[in-house]
Amino acid sequence: MNPRRIFLIAVPYLWLLALFLVPFLIVLKISLSDIALARPPYAPQLDLSAGWNGLRSFFAALDLENFVFLTTDDLYWKAYLSSLQIAAVSTVITLLVGYPMAYGMARAAAEWRPTLLMLVVLPFWTSFLIRVYAWMGILSGEGVLNQFLLWTGLISAPLTILNTNLAVYIGIVYTYLPFMILPIYAALEKMDDSLLEAAEDLGCSRTTAFWLVTVPLSKAGIIAGCFLVFIPAIGEFVIPSLLGGSGTLMIGKVLWEEFFSNRDWPVASAVAIILLLILIIPIVLFQRNEQKQREAEG
Amino acid sequence: MSQTVFAPWDDPTQKPLIQFKGVTKRFGDFTAIDNLSLDIFEQEFFALLGPSGCGKTTMMRMLAGFETPTSGTILLSGQDIAPVPPNKRAVNMMFQSYALFPHLSVWDNIAFGLRRGNSSKDEIAQRVEEMLRLTRLEKFSKRKPHQISGGQRQRVALARSLAKAPKLLLLDEPLGALDAKLRQDTQFELMDIQEKTGTTFVIVTHDQEEAMTVASRVAVMDEGRLIQVATPPEIYEAPATVYVADFIGDVNILEGKAHQAGDKVEIAWADGELPIRGTTARTFAPGQTCHFAIRPEKVTISTERPDSANVLRGKVIDIAYLGNLSTYHVRLGNGTMMKAQTANTRRLANRGITWEDDVWLSFTDTAGVLLEH
Ligand SMILES: Nc1ncnc2c1ncn2[C@@H]1O[C@H](COP(=O)(O)OP(=O)(O)O)[C@@H](O)[C@H]1O
Ligand SMILES: [Mg+2]
Repeated sequence: MNPRRIFLIAVPYLWLLALFLVPFLIVLKISLSDIALARPPYAPQLDLSAGWNGLRSFFAALDLENFVFLTTDDLYWKAYLSSLQIAAVSTVITLLVGYPMAYGMARAAAEWRPTLLMLVVLPFWTSFLIRVYAWMGILSGEGVLNQFLLWTGLISAPLTILNTNLAVYIGIVYTYLPFMILPIYAALEKMDDSLLEAAEDLGCSRTTAFWLVTVPLSKAGIIAGCFLVFIPAIGEFVIPSLLGGSGTLMIGKVLWEEFFSNRDWPVASAVAIILLLILIIPIVLFQRNEQKQREAEG
Repeated sequence: MSQTVFAPWDDPTQKPLIQFKGVTKRFGDFTAIDNLSLDIFEQEFFALLGPSGCGKTTMMRMLAGFETPTSGTILLSGQDIAPVPPNKRAVNMMFQSYALFPHLSVWDNIAFGLRRGNSSKDEIAQRVEEMLRLTRLEKFSKRKPHQISGGQRQRVALARSLAKAPKLLLLDEPLGALDAKLRQDTQFELMDIQEKTGTTFVIVTHDQEEAMTVASRVAVMDEGRLIQVATPPEIYEAPATVYVADFIGDVNILEGKAHQAGDKVEIAWADGELPIRGTTARTFAPGQTCHFAIRPEKVTISTERPDSANVLRGKVIDIAYLGNLSTYHVRLGNGTMMKAQTANTRRLANRGITWEDDVWLSFTDTAGVLLEH
């Protein structure tokens, strides 16, 4: 292999090493350590000046205590399950909202499509935090939504939406909607309209043609969109802390509390490691889907 | 042995399968089809021929149900089809782009239409196998459309559109993507299939040779209008207008003033040249401008002055060698170019005529046609 090629291949690997593998090893190491009243708040610390013996006692001090601890308190597995559930439900809702939007965009006149695409990504131009705060303003007891509903007379007392799971769903669906729309739109836009005419010609109604042709042909986009929403939604922390209530249990929030409120870095790290292991399954599936799609096109 | 000639269009007792009655189609203020009337009969292999953009696809799409006429009616077996949606018409279309479903195998593509009806699984399987045999695709039934060649894809599209045994099959430039040899083979295959299945075919093409080969009748279109509808020999031998004569095959056109006596016409076409003698069933007013159209293969080229009704003198400018035929481009005395074609019955080396030779062109007084415009 010539040096040029080695260099080209090495760059992404060094990148991964620096930004993923090294931080991962650090977190893994902390998760195997014990909490300590020190700075940083865990022990043992790696002391290279102690030489070979120091290294040996360092490794001897590492153990799986924190992982065992996670199994003793049902808060953790409940938080994991609840995160998975919230992420799954939000993904389905995002799909139900996003698919028609992507479909509408792909069907729109060609000169409108760039504008519609711009509108979908427009929210990214303001800070994510500001947008979540805006939702607090909309959903709160005296918020815009309740005021409007009271004004129309549809309700007589304000609805409690903020600080419930419903608000979390609204927040996640709103935030991740573009990640659902864009891959589905990309799949639908490529589709040849004459396929739908062919389906109709062969005896399909418009509805059956949609289910038998449009949906299968946008499958790769649907799968990509679902993963792009599901994976970050599991670890979501800002939305459940700002919009959710005390009853909203999500692993991102637990992790934050372990880290900053309890200053228990080792347990927080163990939580993070488990979360990563849970996420690896959908990430690998996602990669597979991408690869299969590339093969089908190539 | 007597053979009945297939010519339902000459038989007034025959009911046409398709009738266009004063059909106009506008897109905005652009008229794609202009007050068009046309009858197509059962078991016909009907070709729509015309330059790109003349409205051929639009005609097909109206038959299939994807466009509705702006005015006029289209009847299928005597029934107005305007209120019938595409999925309820006994019409199937083979799309110009084939429109095969990329996510389905060849087998499932062909079965797609059958599954929409209420046939049993066995019936569907039987019919699909039959179609695969007919189009010689048995070996490819499990492949996806992107795993087969262009010619095979085209056969899948044909099999899929034939599977439901439609009353009428529409083929929109079905052979456009094929190379010359495969195209010719497929044309014969199409004719064979049409004969075997007895389906009425309407084929769109911009290739005149293809239309002449496959069709029972050809309609020549221009700018949304029918210029002539006739059998291939009629279209070729008796074109209705200069446009048709020019569009179908090679032709020499000479313009001049007609002087008619009975069915014989003399055309004064150039100063200093003898008038051309022709025969016509039309009547031309004395001195009326007319066009004399003659096919190159009906013009004889010789080095000696022949004895014929029409004899013209010229010089060979160019020779196009086509293998079986040679076309001589001859400049006449007044500069007009004329083409003469001969069969190459002898080897090239033995040919008597070459560049710059002075030659005689001759043709009988019935070899050409006289056209008003
Ligand atoms: N949906 C449409 N909107 C506007 N113009 C159209 C549409 N479909 C066809 N046309 C126009 O009608 C004319 C005939 O088109 P078409 O029937 O496709 O021609 P062709 O003979 O090449 O198949 C063309 O000039 C085309 O631009
Ligand atoms: Mg066309």
